[in-house]
Amino acid sequence: MKRALPIYAVCAYLFLHLPLAILAIFSVNASRFTLWEGFSLRWYRALLADRDLLESAANSLVIAVAATALATIMGTLAAYALWKKTSAWLAGSLYLSLVTPEIVAGISLLAFFQWIFRYLHLRLGMHTVILAHISFSLAYVVLVIMARLRNFDVSLEEAALDLGATEFGAFYRVTLPYLAPAIAAAAMLAFTVSIDDYVITSLVAGVDSRTLPMVIYAMARRGVNPVLNAVSTLVVAGLGTLILISERLRKA
Amino acid sequence: MIHTNVTRLRTLFLAPAALLMLATLAIPVVIVAAYSFLSRGAYGGVEAPWTDQNYVRLLDPLYGGIFLRSAWISLLASVGCLILGFPLALFIARSGQRKNLYLALVILPFWTSFLIRLYAWMFLLRDTGLINTILQSFGLIHAPLPMLYNQGAVILGLVYGYLPFAVLPLYATLERQDPALLDAAADLGASPLRALFHVTIPLSAPGIWAASILVFVPCIGTYIVSDLLGGSKTVLIGNLVQNQFTASRDWPFGAAASMILLAAAIAVIVLMRRSRQELL
Amino acid sequence: MDAVLKLADLSKDFAAHKAVDRISLAIPRGSFFSLLGPSGCGKTTTLRLVAGFETPTTGEIRLNGQRIDHLPPYRRNVNTVFQSYALFPHLTVQGNVEFGLRGSSIHSGAKKGMAKNGAGFAADRVRRVLDQLELGGKESRKPAQLSGGERQRVALARALVLAPEVLLLDEPLSALDPQLRKQVRAELRDLQKQTGVTFLFVTHDQEEALSLSDSLAVMRAGRIEQTGAPAELYRHPRTKFVASFLGAMNWIGDVGVRPEAMRVVLTPPPSDARIAAVIAATVSDTAFLGPIAHVTARLDDGSVAMVQVPSSDAPYRPGESVYLCWNTADELRGLS
Repeated sequence: MKRALPIYAVCAYLFLHLPLAILAIFSVNASRFTLWEGFSLRWYRALLADRDLLESAANSLVIAVAATALATIMGTLAAYALWKKTSAWLAGSLYLSLVTPEIVAGISLLAFFQWIFRYLHLRLGMHTVILAHISFSLAYVVLVIMARLRNFDVSLEEAALDLGATEFGAFYRVTLPYLAPAIAAAAMLAFTVSIDDYVITSLVAGVDSRTLPMVIYAMARRGVNPVLNAVSTLVVAGLGTLILISERLRKA
Repeated sequence: MIHTNVTRLRTLFLAPAALLMLATLAIPVVIVAAYSFLSRGAYGGVEAPWTDQNYVRLLDPLYGGIFLRSAWISLLASVGCLILGFPLALFIARSGQRKNLYLALVILPFWTSFLIRLYAWMFLLRDTGLINTILQSFGLIHAPLPMLYNQGAVILGLVYGYLPFAVLPLYATLERQDPALLDAAADLGASPLRALFHVTIPLSAPGIWAASILVFVPCIGTYIVSDLLGGSKTVLIGNLVQNQFTASRDWPFGAAASMILLAAAIAVIVLMRRSRQELL
Repeated sequence: MDAVLKLADLSKDFAAHKAVDRISLAIPRGSFFSLLGPSGCGKTTTLRLVAGFETPTTGEIRLNGQRIDHLPPYRRNVNTVFQSYALFPHLTVQGNVEFGLRGSSIHSGAKKGMAKNGAGFAADRVRRVLDQLELGGKESRKPAQLSGGERQRVALARALVLAPEVLLLDEPLSALDPQLRKQVRAELRDLQKQTGVTFLFVTHDQEEALSLSDSLAVMRAGRIEQTGAPAELYRHPRTKFVASFLGAMNWIGDVGVRPEAMRVVLTPPPSDARIAAVIAATVSDTAFLGPIAHVTARLDDGSVAMVQVPSSDAPYRPGESVYLCWNTADELRGLS
């Protein structure tokens, strides 16, 4: 069995990584068919010429940055408050947001927005997507920050109070610096979750706020498109790098 | 009483998150619950009268079939993840120095795009995809194998998508086990294989339960896997709900299906947590 | 007495037990005052009540005559040296020591001085305190790069730079190696004398309390058993608990005799008016402790006594029959 295990592991890792590697390889295939015809960057050039694609990518970035910023701030403050004294309601609802199937979360938000928009005369658009993204990212941020807080020595805050800082002063000058790596890691986590979301976004996005996953999804449904190989490779490379940095920071 | 600002600060810090969760989760779910008891409006949307017809409709064997199929596929996917994931988790837990590297290699693909990972399989499995092309060029088959747009492809997609979800809790349990127990088993005459089945696996029970929930629950609510890899032949609960809210415009019915799905997800978790120790 | 800190009828109840049970204390200005007691006696809770981390259930705390028990920690002119030192890991030594002088609201002498004389005054103060605690040259180090003794000095500097009315120390020596402890003990004593700040020191180590304090209070189960100068408490304890807690004690019935007050003789001594009693005993063991030895002997009624003798008199053979005697003057009678 000693020898079987590593062999199995290699197979398992191949299973996990090969499909993406193959996409990357074929993204530089000169042919549009699944036959290798030489190296070419034509699909990357086509990607850059596709306005629809680029616009949706820009939308995704804007949404991700906005949602990440707000979710990180709200989540950090909430995690700190929960650490001081737990709130069954908030903790429960955060847990619920993790457990709820995406489709249910999506249609609930859609129903909610449609209902209040009757009174507010608004429409679905970037703002509804951002709101939805903050909602499902919050639980992740809170989890990461709370994990870091569990190792925090309370007497550091007491010392700050003893030396004259107010409660907010103690949080700002002592606890927050301690949380910095976790906050960065949580932000990157929220970013990747936001960039990749399809189900919820597709339900609450308006006509003029298509995101990259929505475009990718539409292309994938229509069949295989070599430009999609190029897009996939870029996205995976980008997100992969971000996640690596995030893990490094979390362990700091 | 010491007049400190702790309570005020805490309330201030909690408020934004609490308001957001209220507005984007609590209230919406209540609205959907309400909708599930209303009737379908003429132009989509909902109308009075209040009715339980939506739930009654769900009892129809047509829909019952969908629920059962979702449960069945999710079960197969969970089992698949456990069988594939356990040896991998075992390998990582026993790999000494390089543990973190190997673990990262599992987590990394998961956190890149779920959607793209599914597309990769479409690229491989379809009739003009890589696998068929290779098999045909070697003369092993003469007509393409229909590997895509069926139930098997959906299960494959689910296993591929959620395998890391299974590996993590399994690894956590295995890593915590005292290596001295295996020494004791060997000392008492058990071969490594016997030790695996009679010591390691039973001790891993909490991790196995946790891995099962972590895979099963997302699977029963899945939407994109069945839509992309299953074709129109594989309709799961997620697809049903999505359909009602877009093409069919029968919101109350979709709402009822959603509530059942949500209840199922919560029920599975509550049941699992109650019967086993907490690993999450 | 000029009492800088007064506790009046102070109590703290937790759900399960009364941690502090109606204690009253007056701590003289400029003194080194210790709270001594076994773990769970309420001494740390008392300290935290004074610092402001706990709210009293009943009673008052007055600093210079003013009530402070309703004020949050950052409005009290007392500062704490924590048992774990609680140095801010992300700040340098300089940053830690300066912490209380930047931002936030405190009504300390230092802050007032700053308001009058500006930032230069603060920098000067910090430098002086660092030099006083022999931390000069280490300002830009982070706590992780310091030794245990150095960390303690930073904790002291950080608190003292704010010129508190009372410095609260929560078992500050317990985290140090035994060799270091004796040395640091002497340094603390000197520091207190130099700065003239009132020290309120909490410990479970009676040797520490006796050697450092001008006066101390022995606590037990939330109450104060006795308050006084070290010698006073040692020679004239009012309760059995205090007698046994400070140093060792032999109890012959209700009468207490200190091991160093007992003598071991091989033959009964000639009668002497000063001698209170002579009893037969059998030696069970002799422990050699350098200049002295502890002889454990079993009495006829089965109880065990310990006698301190010059080590030149020892050893006595186990099983040897001897006589123990002591003077009436050295007896402790009538203790509750």
